[in-house]
Amino acid sequence: MAATDPMLSGGADFRTRLQNWLPKIVLAPSFAVMVLFVYGFIAFTVYLSFTGSRMLPSFDLVGFQNYERLFRVRQWDTAIINLGIFAGLYIVISTIIGLFLAIFLDMKIRGEGLLRPIFLYPMALSFIVTGTAWKWILDPAIGLEVTVQRWGWESFQFDWIKDSDMAIYTIVIAAVWQSSGFVMAMFLAGLRGIDNEILKAAQMDGASNFQMYRRIILPQLRPAFLSAFVILSHLAIKSYDLVVAMTDGGPGTSTWLPALFMYEYTFTRNQMGIGAASAVIMLMTIAAIMVPYLYAELREKN
Amino acid sequence: MTMMKKLYTGAAVVALSTSAVMAQEVEVLHWWTSGGEAAALNVLREDLAGSGIGWTDMPVAGGGGSDAMTVLRARVTAGDAPTAVQMLGFSIQDWAAEGSLANLDALAEEQNWNEVVPEALQAFSTYDGHWVAAPVNVHSTNWVWANTALMEELGIEQPETWEDFVAAMQTAQDAGYTALAHGGQAWQDATVFDSMVMGVGGPEFYQASMIDLDPEALGGAQMVEAFDRMATLRGFVDDNFSGRDWNLASAMVINGEALFQIMGDWAKGEFVNAGQTAGEEFQCFRVPGTEGTVTFNSDQFAMFGVDDEGDQASQLAMATAVMSPEFQIAFNVVKGSAPARTDIDASSFDACGQAAMADLAAAGESGGLFGSMAHGHANPPSIQNAMFDVITAHFNGEYDSATAAEEMVTAVELNQ
Repeated sequence: MAATDPMLSGGADFRTRLQNWLPKIVLAPSFAVMVLFVYGFIAFTVYLSFTGSRMLPSFDLVGFQNYERLFRVRQWDTAIINLGIFAGLYIVISTIIGLFLAIFLDMKIRGEGLLRPIFLYPMALSFIVTGTAWKWILDPAIGLEVTVQRWGWESFQFDWIKDSDMAIYTIVIAAVWQSSGFVMAMFLAGLRGIDNEILKAAQMDGASNFQMYRRIILPQLRPAFLSAFVILSHLAIKSYDLVVAMTDGGPGTSTWLPALFMYEYTFTRNQMGIGAASAVIMLMTIAAIMVPYLYAELREKN
Repeated sequence: MTMMKKLYTGAAVVALSTSAVMAQEVEVLHWWTSGGEAAALNVLREDLAGSGIGWTDMPVAGGGGSDAMTVLRARVTAGDAPTAVQMLGFSIQDWAAEGSLANLDALAEEQNWNEVVPEALQAFSTYDGHWVAAPVNVHSTNWVWANTALMEELGIEQPETWEDFVAAMQTAQDAGYTALAHGGQAWQDATVFDSMVMGVGGPEFYQASMIDLDPEALGGAQMVEAFDRMATLRGFVDDNFSGRDWNLASAMVINGEALFQIMGDWAKGEFVNAGQTAGEEFQCFRVPGTEGTVTFNSDQFAMFGVDDEGDQASQLAMATAVMSPEFQIAFNVVKGSAPARTDIDASSFDACGQAAMADLAAAGESGGLFGSMAHGHANPPSIQNAMFDVITAHFNGEYDSATAAEEMVTAVELNQ
């Protein structure tokens, strides 16, 4: 662009040229740092996934061997299936709860100013804190189960966190608790952005509240749905700390997620090559979600 | 002029001697951060201070040391290795294979380490025939810890066989106690599993399956039986075991809620801290079926290769201090383990400590001394963790015993 600028090609003085270049010069260091530490290391990880690295990085290429092994390791299957369960439920439930909270708050109820921060508050906690708190709440020996039993409901049972088939759902519970308020805030912003004139016109035509939401408001919230989906799905894929704090992958290996798998294999099992391969798969999964989204966003702008 | 010259030489001498003093220092990376462990390590620090060697402490919290190993990896990759690092089993071999460790042969020769350290332990302290680490202790992992009062109340004698052991646990369970205190973490499941493998097939089978990784042993009938025994034990553990720390399981035995715990000798520290005495309030005996054998892990100090001669000298001083009988006694009395040297007077140890030292010497003689798979002394971390996955999945009911044995073969094959 700069080269075709008539000001420059026409022999502009030093000052104008400097003015043109200054932003680029100022941005250059941070750009270089980003290229190196984000894209450089992504490239390095991709390279490592094709090497026989064990404890320390090594540079002997072994082809697709790490990927072949990765897909034969049972814990990877567990991690992928868990990710499916976790991400699916987490995204759907958070979106539904967030949407309903936003709709109720939008009914011009009293005390909205008080309720909004209360719903949003969990987002201010880190996943580690959320996980630790929920671990205690769900632990049958000290949490919910024993409390309800002491209240007199002797047969009450809720020991999912100790049950290898159900433990992954307890992680969904904690994650949904953490994120619903945030989703609500996004939808609320969307709802507030809808033109009141259209709603008034619909009301004049005799549309019921339900019809208004179904036909007018929800379709207009499409961008908010999309952002919620993108943000929640990448939170789900990179989810690590919540699982570590709540179950540490247990009971057994039943709550492993891909991010936990990646850390374990790379840093504690001296299988850096397989760990790198799993990281690449995760990156590709995120890219598969993000690229179409970015593409759609950018096309709309044009 | 002469004044000036004197001044200069004086300054030079001062500068030289300070730099010599500065160099006399060891930087030690370790994960002994809990009360008793830190106290034990202080013994070494003061010992070195006595010979004028400074101590830069680099503790990395985290019981199993995996965090410490991550830090170490970063330090070494950055070209700034600590002088000495606390290490376990195969990590030493891995680092030696990278060519990162110093050679201690001359010192070992001079102090006769070859004679006083059991051969099974030397397998980890040496690489390619050269000494690269100084062993501090031997933790044996096939112990049962028992509550004496509860045993008397229930009329239980110390079980001699596996059948007796199961019967004893059944008695405790029928009386409403937790028979076996256990924490459901992968390494704890594996610690118990070690003893089951040893109990079912003895030293030969342990060697073939856990160390030689022979597929026939790994997937064979004896392995299925070892898993069956794990399932039996699972029946005697309370429902809330998952994720429990080992010391909380020990507390259950201390408080008399539970009868037995299968755990390494570090559990003794919990009993002693609770004011109990070995042989009185609590008992220790080998897991029935594993008498005469010892599965162990051993803490060692590996020395990283350094160029500076002063640093090399302080490394040798530290290795000497670690191997000195006085330190081995002082440290292991506090830590609960047995000394790495077999020529040490047992009189300052308690009943369990003396039994451990006697067993260790006997097992060393008879070839019954084996590195513990659960603690990274039988096979490399990649295989060890793959085994953990199978053992813990079986213990949590995901596999039956036959499937688990098949999975052991696959897991080992995939991670070799």
